[in-house]
Amino acid sequence: MEAIIIGITKSAIRLATPYLYASIGETLGQLSGVLNLGVDGVMLMGAFSAFYTVLKTGNLGLGLLVAIVVGAIFGLLIAFVNVTLKAEQGISGIGFYIFGQGLSSVLFSVMIGSVHTVNGFPPLPIPWFSDLPLVGEILFQQNILVYGAFALIPLSWFLLTKTPLGLNIRAVGQNPQAADSLGVNIVRIRYFTVIAGGILSGIAGASLSIALLNVFQQNLTNGMGFIAVALVYFGAWRPLSVLNGALLFSTVNAIQIWVQVKGINIPPDFTLMMPYLVTIVVLTAMAKRRVRPPAALNKPFQRGEE
Amino acid sequence: MIKNSSKIINLIKVETVEMRGIVKQFPGVLANDHINFDVHVGEVHTLLGENGAGKSTLMKILYGIYHQDEGEIYVNGKLVNIRSPLDAIRLGIGMVHQHFMLVPTLTVAENVALGLPSSRKFLLDLDMVTERIKELVKINGLYVDPEAKVWQLSVGEQQRVEILKVLYRGASLLILDEPTAVLTPQEVEELFHVLRSMIKRGYTIIFISHKLREVLSLSNRITILRDGKVVKTLPAVEATQEKLARLMVGREVLLQVEHPAVKLGKVALALEGIWVQGDEGLHALRGIDLEVHSGEILGIAGVSGNGQSELAEVIAGLRKPTQGKVFIKGINVTNWSPSQLLDYGLSYIPEERMRDGVVQEFNIEENLILKDHIHPPYAKGIFMNFHKIGQESERLIKNFDIRTPSRYTSLKSLSGGNIQKLILARELSRKPSVLVAAQPTRGLDISATEYVHRQLIEQRIKLKTATLLISDDLDEILSLADRIAVIYEGEIMGVVKRNEVSVEELGMMMGGVHKDNIP
Ligand SMILES: Nc1ncnc2c1ncn2[C@@H]1O[C@H](COP(=O)(O)OP(=O)(O)O)[C@@H](O)[C@H]1O
Ligand SMILES: [Mg+2]
Repeated sequence: MEAIIIGITKSAIRLATPYLYASIGETLGQLSGVLNLGVDGVMLMGAFSAFYTVLKTGNLGLGLLVAIVVGAIFGLLIAFVNVTLKAEQGISGIGFYIFGQGLSSVLFSVMIGSVHTVNGFPPLPIPWFSDLPLVGEILFQQNILVYGAFALIPLSWFLLTKTPLGLNIRAVGQNPQAADSLGVNIVRIRYFTVIAGGILSGIAGASLSIALLNVFQQNLTNGMGFIAVALVYFGAWRPLSVLNGALLFSTVNAIQIWVQVKGINIPPDFTLMMPYLVTIVVLTAMAKRRVRPPAALNKPFQRGEE
Repeated sequence: MIKNSSKIINLIKVETVEMRGIVKQFPGVLANDHINFDVHVGEVHTLLGENGAGKSTLMKILYGIYHQDEGEIYVNGKLVNIRSPLDAIRLGIGMVHQHFMLVPTLTVAENVALGLPSSRKFLLDLDMVTERIKELVKINGLYVDPEAKVWQLSVGEQQRVEILKVLYRGASLLILDEPTAVLTPQEVEELFHVLRSMIKRGYTIIFISHKLREVLSLSNRITILRDGKVVKTLPAVEATQEKLARLMVGREVLLQVEHPAVKLGKVALALEGIWVQGDEGLHALRGIDLEVHSGEILGIAGVSGNGQSELAEVIAGLRKPTQGKVFIKGINVTNWSPSQLLDYGLSYIPEERMRDGVVQEFNIEENLILKDHIHPPYAKGIFMNFHKIGQESERLIKNFDIRTPSRYTSLKSLSGGNIQKLILARELSRKPSVLVAAQPTRGLDISATEYVHRQLIEQRIKLKTATLLISDDLDEILSLADRIAVIYEGEIMGVVKRNEVSVEELGMMMGGVHKDNIP
């Protein structure tokens, strides 16, 4: 029994990784007032570019770096369309999703063609901690991208609540007119958060293709980017609550995988549905909580308009 | 010069500001037409003008929100180019906007610190900001808790935060755009007290308003704008209310409406023991009994936030009472839906007119027929009768003097006064037997206010409408109401005839003293 629990918990922690990167990135963007529904597309591009680099060079660090650059380029594009061109964010996001998904599929067929695997980031036990009973195995024998994802929670919390930049981000998403009237550069803040979100989505993708699954195939993410967006709402734009949501979701997922692997007699269609069902149920239950999204979410800024 | 404050903040001194030949064109409107305007250290220079005269535009140019098409700005004699609010702040100019520019989810200190470099570089220094705010609060008498969240504050407190924001940045020239529009009479007095003491300590103020009494009590000089042009600049000592009104409107205006007596009819609206929950879950109304007769205006006086909004909403069917009954023309209408009430002869002029009174995305014609669009003559079966709708709209636009290029113009491009005229046109043309008018002239200029007042009186005489007039403006209640009920913390402190009560007695009731306990 203990082994089962350790197994499931450990895999839940691993599975939470891509969601954490993507959701924290999306949180930053949304807090500044930009809704990006293209997360899944950027994740796929990050996953592909990291995988391809590692396949060709064997260099994991370089693979990660390429995913970061690709994510940043996508972030820049998304910021340009949403912030500078003031596009309808819900629609442009779907566009970026389809674009990222399509492009990664095409590049995959042209440049790789068939299923390969790579050696991803190996487990990196943390001295002393990894020897602790129970928690040592669950928490401290993971790979570096898993640690990175969890480190992101306190880091982003600190950024948002303790720094002038964080204050600017929160203000810009609530009342850009007010921030502008005090000399805050709305455009610069929104470019920053959206590019950061792009980078984090890129890393989220890389964490799948070169750290957790170590493969790439078409539509590898299978909609994870959308769950990441849902988790932002679930977490009410607070890093710590986003973490809770990601863990809830990944735990249900880990159980689901375990049930399937064990061959327990539940229809697989049903178990596959579970994580999504839980998300919908929890989100619905939380709708009562009345945490409001940032007031300027999805609203382009124009000086002098009220 | 500016005592005390300079110890805490780096004050940026402004001796003179001069705006020369300022022109600003918006699509279809020349908002500023070669305006000359100047202000000198230690004075209150008021910009007076009706809504749409171009006051805010001129000041937004000075503060860098808009850029002028033509003209120059000199600060301390030097030509400057102000391209953004940041430029203005660096020159020592601060602006408190007509619509507050605060982030409600942040604390007072966070709102103040926003956009400023931190003394700790990459870390926020909110503790220091809080300390400095406390000092500024003390020196200037602008009482507010730096650690409170802005959404928890009253309107008056929010305004103080706005002023603190400006002071904290070292501004010595303050632009206050209609700061009194949202305040109660008491809050206005407090604000003026603060402003006067700031002037004594060497600050300079540009004050924007269209309320004559306030303008005369605060200003040194007054510049009157009309249709984007300067009509006149004169010292306040040479001005009277009548003179200012004439310059501002461009014709003679009556500052007091005629108020002939009418014979009262039957009780048209009655409330019996109404209890209502407010948004915070507490009881906003606690056992209200009221009667309004046909042909009567009953004024509800009180400091805002004592249950007035809930009272209007419960009668309009927008809020359910937890106890008690509402009767219209003798029929129990408690818990009727708003549309049933409308069809039964209730009209409603809502307090939040932009939110509850109009559909901003619709045009004028559509807004004019909004409540009756499913009935003849506007509808024929399942079809709209556009011919009839057009005719009626044209008639209403003309009769109610709604200033618009056409009936197809989008509602958003109308001024506040014209939007209120539109609502009035729609509500009064329905020939209501009961009218609930909540803050019907809040934020309106003199001409529009005069107009609304005349319409309410006329309605009462011609159609014998029973009117419940809810207003924070005691002068308005005194000039319109036949009887006055004073509300305090959701209870009625007393109902009195207008000509049998003094302002002092009303003031005591507004402060929570029951009529029977007034000596
Ligand atoms: N951003 C804008 N776009 C178009 N027209 C505007 C804008 N701001 C103001 N106006 C128009 O300019 C005129 C002057 O407006 P404003 O300066 O706000 O007047 P005031 O402050 O005196 O009431 C009005 O007719 C108004 O409709
Ligand atoms: Mg204005």
